[in-house]
Amino acid sequence: MSADAKLAQQIREISGVDTRKCMKCGRCSASCPAYNEMDIRPHQFVSYVQNGNVEALMNSKSIWKCLSCFACVERCPRDVKPAKVIEAVRLSVIRQRGENFLSPDEIPALLDDETPQQLLASAYRKYRK
Amino acid sequence: MQRIGVFVCHCGTNIAGTVDVKRVVEAVKKEPGVVYAEDYQYMCSEAGQQKIADAVKNEHLTGIVICSCSPRMHEGTFRKAAEKAGLNPYLVEIANIREQCSWIHKDMEEGTEKAVILARAAIAKVMLNAPLQPGESRVVKRALVIGGGIAGIQTALDIADAGYEVDIVEKTPSIGGRMSQLDKTFPTLDCSSCILTPKMGEVNAHEKINIYTYSEVEKVSGFVGDFSVDIRKKARYVDMDKCTGCGLCQEKCPSRKTPNEFNRGLNTRPAIYTPFAQAVPNVPVIDTEACIKFKTGKCGVCSKVCAAGAIDYTQKDEIITREYGAIVVATGFDTINLDKFDEYYYNQSKDVITALELERLMNAAGPTGGNVVRLSNGEHPKNIVFIQCVGSRDVTCRGKSYCSKICCMYTAKQAMLLKDHYPDVDVHVFYIDVRTPGKNFDEFYRRAVEEYDVDYIKGQVGKVSEAENGRLLVQGVDLIDNRQIKMEADLVVLATAIEPNKDVRKIATMLTASIDNNNFLTEAHPKLRPVESPTAGIFLSGVCQGPKDIPETVAQAGAAAIKVVGLLAKDKLVTNPCTAQSNPLFCNGCSACEKVCPYGAISYEEQQVMDGGVRENRRVAVVNSALCQGCGACTVACPSGAMDLKGFSNRQILAEVDAICR
Repeated sequence: MSADAKLAQQIREISGVDTRKCMKCGRCSASCPAYNEMDIRPHQFVSYVQNGNVEALMNSKSIWKCLSCFACVERCPRDVKPAKVIEAVRLSVIRQRGENFLSPDEIPALLDDETPQQLLASAYRKYRK
Repeated sequence: MQRIGVFVCHCGTNIAGTVDVKRVVEAVKKEPGVVYAEDYQYMCSEAGQQKIADAVKNEHLTGIVICSCSPRMHEGTFRKAAEKAGLNPYLVEIANIREQCSWIHKDMEEGTEKAVILARAAIAKVMLNAPLQPGESRVVKRALVIGGGIAGIQTALDIADAGYEVDIVEKTPSIGGRMSQLDKTFPTLDCSSCILTPKMGEVNAHEKINIYTYSEVEKVSGFVGDFSVDIRKKARYVDMDKCTGCGLCQEKCPSRKTPNEFNRGLNTRPAIYTPFAQAVPNVPVIDTEACIKFKTGKCGVCSKVCAAGAIDYTQKDEIITREYGAIVVATGFDTINLDKFDEYYYNQSKDVITALELERLMNAAGPTGGNVVRLSNGEHPKNIVFIQCVGSRDVTCRGKSYCSKICCMYTAKQAMLLKDHYPDVDVHVFYIDVRTPGKNFDEFYRRAVEEYDVDYIKGQVGKVSEAENGRLLVQGVDLIDNRQIKMEADLVVLATAIEPNKDVRKIATMLTASIDNNNFLTEAHPKLRPVESPTAGIFLSGVCQGPKDIPETVAQAGAAAIKVVGLLAKDKLVTNPCTAQSNPLFCNGCSACEKVCPYGAISYEEQQVMDGGVRENRRVAVVNSALCQGCGACTVACPSGAMDLKGFSNRQILAEVDAICR
């Protein structure tokens, strides 16, 4: 098994997502509020994993832009859960490369009254525990 | 001395690919009682059947076992072959070594071993088979069609034209069904009413057809050829014989706030109403929940204005009982409820509508006289967005896993008609796939794109919300261009999934007809018997069996009709002799069998019984073999072993078990 294929298998296992269930309707990307911030879009995450092209995902800035709002999970008609794939890639990056997008110390300074709670929850998914 | 012959079928490679048929033949030859065994490529073929006939004659066989496919497939074929050769057809047993063996095993060794065991069990059973004689039952020469849409109408017409009486039972006040709500039909753009209403008139005028509108099937008993059905004729409060259909009552009725069901709630109707102008029969009904007279006792305007004196507030529901030889289910469909699809803003905005609602808006007889307007402000929409697969192909709890089949085509139709009527509008269609199998279907869809400039966007809509200027804000994705789209729209049309009519569960239960997970009625065989229910005498017509468009529905309706005619043309039906019987010596009179019998075939009576030289009167079970369908529920329920099923006796079943465990 190639390194990429192994990684794709790992992403499938961490996320619990069966990428074959995707029917390529795009409702995930249609729902995504962070779409325009992303270089690789939610629907592409699913197809990249399906095609074993995970290295590109590991280097994508999208994993840090995902708000973990789960709109894509909520609206997916095939129960694919694209956010879980993004989450799995992010976890792999954090674990393997020790990359942090944020550290806990930085977070309080970023907060203001306008910030939704969800964003805070999302932020805590983006550092090494 | 029994002389058993065993015939092992290859079924091409279906069986022979996983089961070593030669070894099965060798193994069964060693079984006691077996005097002959052979294998053949296709036992069900003419040549295969001849082999059976020859063996019966030459080997003087007293019973035969066919190791082949499911008895549901070819038991009848092999029984007929045996009968032709002079053997009682009930001395044939089937060992299912295909569905229950070769198809579910991959390993030749395992498959062969199991095939031998199944053959052995069938041999043990056939040794105890008794020659049975089928009885006869009558055929009532009349059919019932449940549902008065295009499926029911066409089925009724075809049966009636063949010379048999047909009753149509329709729940709503008029026949016509969904098709009467449509504006135009694809791909020819015929006006739906123009092709449907003549058929409605034909049904109404046909001397062999009797229509019960505003009526529901309440109870069904009996069996194929001899059903007895209770029909509830709901009180109309209007005398069908006196009413002239002038419509004055509807005009003058002061209660006008009830949502109009026919127009999908887009406008309101009076309490006394016919669903639409071309209703058949053209006799209104009074909706007692809306009627001021019924609610407060004061009003009676309709009665005062009716010159024919047809209004009768004292009418009561009426139950009529009729007998039928065959029943056709043609209960049709509805669109799914959209409460779980909040992202499309359907419940929040009047400008988000279903495609069926758009049909009403486009229809000249609709609530806007055919003007497509935004229901929020009455203005003409400039930008219209269609969203495909709303709830279709959706495996979550929100939707339906199947493709609704008709949406791609009606969307292309609606998009084209809108562009045709209003050349200044922009029409966008968000789609997953465009599915257009059918004669002239893809050409039709391409016309929408290439001639009418309808903008097809490969992608879906994630969210519809309200923009600050009061228009709708549609957020979607274009997967080809890989960009998210945010556009303002005036009208959003949802291609809402269709589902079987809500009442179908109740009806299927009454008919003991099986339905699938999606409440579609199951056919007896998906390819070879598509218009018959597995329950004898019950036939399927239209969308109650699965999504289909009008031409398919009409074709299926005709197919169901010819099956009904084939049944009604018989004077007598051969009944299944595998019925239950009770041994009065063992019966303890507990009534357990009577309670579980789904056909009402068991009753209890006082009988004189000689038990051990003592004569005494006992209350014992008696089976009416004309009603018994041989389901065997009673034999399981009987605690004293008195009840037994002919052809599946307790001794036979135990012999099979013994053979398997040997």
